[in-house]
Amino acid sequence: MACVNPDGKPSESGVKMLGALKSGRASADDIAAASGMPLFRVRSGLRELAEAGYVAGSDGSYSLTEQGRALV
Amino acid sequence: MEGQMEQAVSMPKLGEKAPDFEAPTTFGVLKLSDFKGSWVIMFSHPADFTPVCTTEFMAFAQIQPELKKRGVELLGLSVDSITSHIAWARNIQEKTGVKINFPIIADLNKEVSAKFGMVHPGQSKTETVRAVFIIDPNQVIRLILYYPLSTGRNMDEILRVVDALQIADANKVATPANWRPGDKVIVPPPQTQEMAEERMKAGFECVDWYFCKKKL
Repeated sequence: MACVNPDGKPSESGVKMLGALKSGRASADDIAAASGMPLFRVRSGLRELAEAGYVAGSDGSYSLTEQGRALV
Repeated sequence: MEGQMEQAVSMPKLGEKAPDFEAPTTFGVLKLSDFKGSWVIMFSHPADFTPVCTTEFMAFAQIQPELKKRGVELLGLSVDSITSHIAWARNIQEKTGVKINFPIIADLNKEVSAKFGMVHPGQSKTETVRAVFIIDPNQVIRLILYYPLSTGRNMDEILRVVDALQIADANKVATPANWRPGDKVIVPPPQTQEMAEERMKAGFECVDWYFCKKKL
């Protein structure tokens, strides 16, 4: 996976995305703008981070879970 | 052979929504719908670690900055594995200095290739031909190229047609043969008799009522 390593820990790009959520809920577009990553990478990365329990998403916006907050 | 299921092969057409898929790539698992909002050039190559394909990958990487300026992402595909793709990209960078910085789909089960008609048995029963799909931000297929195994693609043409499609969309015009950015564009022909009468007085450069150009 691109944003979550096989051991379940976020990769460098995953941590970058989590960092973009530090100040609160954001959409994939906001995270792409803040992180400088292409939107397609952010969308797929958020899916992986959500599966791994680091972010939670609803209605097109995302926020850090407690697990995600512990890393940023 | 008995017990072997055949993949349904489709040949997508211009103007149709590109079939969505989810596939393993060198940038993680991606869906085509992840690219919604951007233009994307999805292209296939026959095999990793082969010479023509290597020149093409280097050439795509070299036009990537120009594509990014135009809001276009690249997405490669072959039926090789992720491990092969990673090894090949690293080999290209080591031997030539060219970094491959776009995702490459590992289409081992040919699921994506079948959706996009990328395997042409007359060329190869196992490898994809050199296909190019230019897909717009609404995920509509706007241009298709199929090149044979023997012939590497031309990046000037790929950039040229991206410009042509984007200019056409932005200005509701068409582009003539051999058009290059900065050249005059074609004004769409009138669709009624009344408009045909008005066309000749509209100040365009006209050969006849149906054939007019203008400068943008």
